[in-house]
Amino acid sequence: MKLRIFVTLKPGVLDPQGRAIHHALGSLGFEGVEDVRAGKMFELEVADSTTDEAIDGMCRQLLANTVIENFRVERA
Amino acid sequence: MKTAVIVFPGSNCDRDLAVALEAVTGVKPMMVWHADTELPQGIGFVAVPGGFSYGDYLRSGAIAARSPIMRAVVEQAGRGLPVFGVCNGFQVLTEAGLLPGALMRNAGLNFVCRDVALTVDNAQTAFTSRYDAGETLSVPVAHHDGNYFADAETLDRLEGEGRVAFRYGEAVNGSARNIAGIVNTAGNVLGMMPHPERKIETAHGGTDGRRLFEGVLETVGA
Repeated sequence: MKLRIFVTLKPGVLDPQGRAIHHALGSLGFEGVEDVRAGKMFELEVADSTTDEAIDGMCRQLLANTVIENFRVERA
Repeated sequence: MKTAVIVFPGSNCDRDLAVALEAVTGVKPMMVWHADTELPQGIGFVAVPGGFSYGDYLRSGAIAARSPIMRAVVEQAGRGLPVFGVCNGFQVLTEAGLLPGALMRNAGLNFVCRDVALTVDNAQTAFTSRYDAGETLSVPVAHHDGNYFADAETLDRLEGEGRVAFRYGEAVNGSARNIAGIVNTAGNVLGMMPHPERKIETAHGGTDGRRLFEGVLETVGA
């Protein structure tokens, strides 16, 4: 089973990298970009028997720092 | 008393800490490899050094915080062992859950490497007893991810409980409430971004960092 795990900064957490990317898009002449938030995406190949609980554990214990980040799991 | 410095792949301030600890205690610290599962017997003080453990992969300090030796450090810290994390070591301690909050990319996005003004916020912690409250020190920083973040409730609690040991006396990295170093609830764990181990001898351009080690090592009976 393939998983895609998206890790994004929580709303309200400042994202200086996203702001720099936003600025660079403006420098390239792209107009109308209201905001940019940078995040991470992990692709995992896991055994079909992997439980939701285990996937949640992987996210909470390592892939995301839940002090500052949210995560979302997609099953491919 | 024996002291220990944890060494991860990518640590680069472990020897600075070892020199500082030997200068203060007169005894070379034990260098403990990340893959070890136990701290050596009789260790009374553990330092987690700066650097780029595991290449800062995933998040600064994230992989190191899950290494075998950190399980032992977390367990011993829970029993009151003094633990000091500097720079990447601070990031490791937050990722390991020993200290609240997180260290994010500097607000200005630049790697900041210079001496900064550091104010002693609470001089009654085990680590700051040789300083005066409100005293301003000059201590170097060298980091890319030093922007301290915690939610407002946590920040209020840290301040209310006197757990902010050090604050920046100037704008450095965007840290919430200019927090540069905090202790845990029990007061036996300190994490800070600036490098006191780099201000130990006059040849370093100052000795403002030395009293941190003298104070905490005296407290634990070095």
